Amino acid sequence: MTPLAPPPSPPGPAVADGLWSDSDPPRLLAGCCRDCGAYSFPVPDACARCSSVDIAAENLPPTGTLWTWTVQRFQPKEPFDGAEPFAPYGVGYVDFGGKVLVEGRLVESDPRRLAIGMRVETCLVMYRPGTYTYAFREVQP
Amino acid sequence: MTATDVAIVGIGMHRFGRTDGVSGRAQGAHAVRAALRDAGIEWKDVQFAFGGSAASGNADTLVNEMGLTALPFINVSNGCATGGSALTAAATTIASGAYDLGVAVGFDKHPRGAFNADPEGSGLGRWYGQTGMMLTTQFFAMKLQRYLHDHAMGQDVLAAIAAKAYANGSLNENAWRRSALTEDEITASPMVNDPLTQYMFCSPGEGAVALVLARADRARSYTSRPVYLRSVSFRTRRYGSFEVFSPYLSPDRADSPTVEAARGAFDDAGVGADEVKVAQIQDTEAGAELMHMAETGLCKHGEQEAMITAGETRIGGSLPINTDGGCIANGEPIGASGLRQIYENVLQLRGDAGPRQVPGRPDVAFSHVYGAPGVSACTITIV
Repeated sequence: MTPLAPPPSPPGPAVADGLWSDSDPPRLLAGCCRDCGAYSFPVPDACARCSSVDIAAENLPPTGTLWTWTVQRFQPKEPFDGAEPFAPYGVGYVDFGGKVLVEGRLVESDPRRLAIGMRVETCLVMYRPGTYTYAFREVQP
Repeated sequence: MTATDVAIVGIGMHRFGRTDGVSGRAQGAHAVRAALRDAGIEWKDVQFAFGGSAASGNADTLVNEMGLTALPFINVSNGCATGGSALTAAATTIASGAYDLGVAVGFDKHPRGAFNADPEGSGLGRWYGQTGMMLTTQFFAMKLQRYLHDHAMGQDVLAAIAAKAYANGSLNENAWRRSALTEDEITASPMVNDPLTQYMFCSPGEGAVALVLARADRARSYTSRPVYLRSVSFRTRRYGSFEVFSPYLSPDRADSPTVEAARGAFDDAGVGADEVKVAQIQDTEAGAELMHMAETGLCKHGEQEAMITAGETRIGGSLPINTDGGCIANGEPIGASGLRQIYENVLQLRGDAGPRQVPGRPDVAFSHVYGAPGVSACTITIV
């Protein structure tokens, strides 16, 4: 994975529409239920807590805290279409200010440099040539 | 005992593992024939059936091999909980009084390697699978990582759990993995999803199990050793639980479906967790057994490490868990896996488990399955 610094806007084809907003730095787009206030990611058709279909899109904060993580060390089967040859990548859940925890790839794949509680920021990465997705990387002190 | 209580009067299995040249359906038919023999009945006596398979076709087509008797045969599909779902449906059918005698069957034959992901089939965007996040192995590793952190537990206990599974599998003629492995060998195997190594995981495999269920008050006309199904409890997830295939989680944590299914099973049976003498619980990997021990209520969160280190979960310990080797030694043919647990509990309650028999004539057995996308089924069986 190649982190972009700074991310161009727009950075190129996204793996899917609606996952993040074209801001600098990029911010994930969550759904916030107008009836019960519950957050979801990505923006859903209906709220999983109260069943409401009145959902507003909202930018999440640019930074959060790593809640848990692992490293993916074998190549997943289809529909995985990441860069060849396969290289292990980190995956984790990031807590965005107590609103919602979002799962994403981590720029860091060395388990010795990953820890629960790390401050991370949202960035965009080429997970395969020419196609971008969001990821999380450590906030440099 | 009322007329609508349910008994298991016949059990049959096709061995787990790789059986080249034998289809999943053929393994299912083999298991049904064995269960009918065990109950001393013929297919024409069976009034209804529920069955499931994730990768080996429709279970109801087994009638082509068993006999075209016009019975209602309903297909069940609930991921790793398929077997538990078939059992739930069959038990409820008898408990309702609609029928007296039926079959629950599950079988499968999966290709090598991790399961294929189907994001759209789970209501998720394809991007989730394309970018490499739709893997059950990742989920278990991340849930475990957080669990070990929250309960200040070390990782050594994981190898101990897997070593127990292989040791028990070596005593089971129907298991896939029949060689005992040391904790060092397990720890030294390739890392798959930190902190879990290859030998701590189960693999998709092959196998089949069938059960014959009957009204409890007629059970002794089929067998001299009926096992009674005191409760079956099935749950999906609640908002806020941490489940497989979740692009996001709520910060407001809720109990997993395992917690609610287990509580329901104990409540319905009028049995306490402290009365359980043998348990089969979902061990997709070693950490799953660790976490599920507490989620099922068989122990408290944080108690597992001391119990496992003291050997309490081994055959001969105070709470033997996964006495047939569990998913780790048997592999996971999705349709059959939950029914394998019941098969093992019936053997243990009958006293027929041979070299892996739990001593002291166990009289209460517990089972638990967990599967994507956050479903769980638990049972209590007694003699």
